[in-house]
Amino acid sequence: MSRFVVHRLWQGVIVVFCVVVVVFVLTRLIGDPVRVMLPLEATADQRALFEAQLGLDRPIWEQFLVFVGDAVALDFGDSLWQRRPAMEIIAERLPATLILTFSAIGLAVVVAVPLGILAALKPEGLFDRVVVLVSLIGLSVPQFWLGLLFIVLFAVQLGWLPTSGRGGVEHVILPALTLAIPAMTRIIMVVRSTMMDELNRQYVKTLRAKGLLEWQVVGVHALRNAAVPVLTLCGWELIRALSGYTVVVETVFAWPGLGLTAIQAIERQDLILLQAIVFVTAIIVVAVNLILDIVYKAIDPRIELKAA
Amino acid sequence: MSQDVDLPAASTVEPVKVEPAADGLRAEAPLAERRAESIWSELLADIPGLLGAVFLAALVIVALFAPWIAPHDPAAQNIILRLRPPVWMDGGSWAHILGTDHLGRDVLSRILHGSRISLLVGLGTVALAGGFGVLIGLIAGYAGGRTDAFIVAVVDIQIAFPGLLLALMILAVVGPSTMTVIVVLALNGWMVYTRITRSIVLGLRHTAYVEAAEMVGCRPGRVLWRHLLPNLASPLLTLATLEFARIVLAEAALSFLGLGVQPPATSWGLDVAQGKDYMFRAWWLVTFPGIAIALTVLAINLVASWSRVTSDPLEREKRFARRIIGSPGLRARMLAKGPS
Repeated sequence: MSRFVVHRLWQGVIVVFCVVVVVFVLTRLIGDPVRVMLPLEATADQRALFEAQLGLDRPIWEQFLVFVGDAVALDFGDSLWQRRPAMEIIAERLPATLILTFSAIGLAVVVAVPLGILAALKPEGLFDRVVVLVSLIGLSVPQFWLGLLFIVLFAVQLGWLPTSGRGGVEHVILPALTLAIPAMTRIIMVVRSTMMDELNRQYVKTLRAKGLLEWQVVGVHALRNAAVPVLTLCGWELIRALSGYTVVVETVFAWPGLGLTAIQAIERQDLILLQAIVFVTAIIVVAVNLILDIVYKAIDPRIELKAA
Repeated sequence: MSQDVDLPAASTVEPVKVEPAADGLRAEAPLAERRAESIWSELLADIPGLLGAVFLAALVIVALFAPWIAPHDPAAQNIILRLRPPVWMDGGSWAHILGTDHLGRDVLSRILHGSRISLLVGLGTVALAGGFGVLIGLIAGYAGGRTDAFIVAVVDIQIAFPGLLLALMILAVVGPSTMTVIVVLALNGWMVYTRITRSIVLGLRHTAYVEAAEMVGCRPGRVLWRHLLPNLASPLLTLATLEFARIVLAEAALSFLGLGVQPPATSWGLDVAQGKDYMFRAWWLVTFPGIAIALTVLAINLVASWSRVTSDPLEREKRFARRIIGSPGLRARMLAKGPS
């Protein structure tokens, strides 16, 4: 177990390092940070001063070492837009993103698992067909558009919920629902198909023959066996949401999280803030991945945690 | 359709062929014809899949002939006629069936032209990511050893990357355009093709017919192209269809964020973003492009789910079993016919 954890930690470090390399190559070699960040009318002196400030006048390998050192120290310098450390801004905005993501995935799981099970009980039945069709539609609707529809319907027409921004619980509902729907549909499909497979297995027949109540057969035995693929997918959905889907939803609802900050940083040509966000997100994604791997092991003893 | 060109290639497809050779009666019909016929009957049996396929075919025609079909130039502005509602509302006219936007541009024409971008980015990305991913997957599965270990490591690392955020970063540094969107989305998507290709090639690597081909002296390129690739056709086709749907959505989202297709080009995502500011006065600006995206993606998803069920023997068996249990009438009919 501990060997496995060490191995996965090491893998995670490699992933984060690769992200650092890619970010460095992108910002320093492919793009020209001075051109991107300074206005067009900046004079040559201003450009030189700015280059010296960022250390861009030094040789490229030295720049890379400094960059890696800064990344390890979690210090990316001051945001050009807000004139204060980028990490400070991230620390402020990160909780909003975490609240949004976790409530969305929680909502998706709570709704999707019972629906998927109910659909699997009668394959090709009316309920099953309706669930599959609605899931397919939910999967096909663009998220940003869905968010706009929700705003028009629930916030403007019905006036039940606020249109955007952050505040009490009522502010989370619409963005979380928007973020949850694609994840929800994918989880429904997987719960449905794995439960259908499990319910066709021999052990289910044995349990029924023994006279176990149907809810025990389905809810305890079959569900437990179907848990691993479903959990894997839920983990995937969490990572997917954290690593990008929040950008769209946060923009639509003006939810002040990391995703919205990333878009604002791009609009203001603030590469320093943007690279800090990408780096922090990479660390979070790697950490969530690691935690999920360990959780699977705890749930299903059949999984072997190979160090290969 | 000449048989002698078609038959040798078809014989290598046999292991994963769609038809489990159930009908001995039609065995004399030319292979290609039989296959086309069976695809048609499969498609007819799945009404949602058929509807999806018909919609997509229509969309391709619209995209190809948009300049001739569209009633107006999608970029032509007319400030006097701005924010006109669709034809069935007060103030609407047949000149602008779906109304006009804040610059007086015709919404219908913009949607018809927008289909070009969606399909172009979708096809471009799937071709680029799929071509590269399958090639790398074939190499990994066939070469094995260190090459394989290295490729697997790269794929694992890239799958753990925060993809969309890095894509945003690339677009911010390089500058958005249709071409960059295709490249960025392909960079984010090639790994899935590599994974599936590699796993299938690994499974087939030591089958009798592959080893036989090697033994008679086929070069690795020929073994890959002629004997391994045909086996990948149906799983890859399903994957590519699903990826296509994902990419149409991703392009729309990027364009919505202002990081995708740039004006004066048209894109459904861009139209929604521009219409957003007039959402409460002119609902049609946001609604129609959104519906266009949703219908397109839905159609692709329907075709994908049809192709998944049809090309996977296990899925077909399950479907057959379910139908027999589900309906007594169907059961009698299908038992008379045998599993389709």
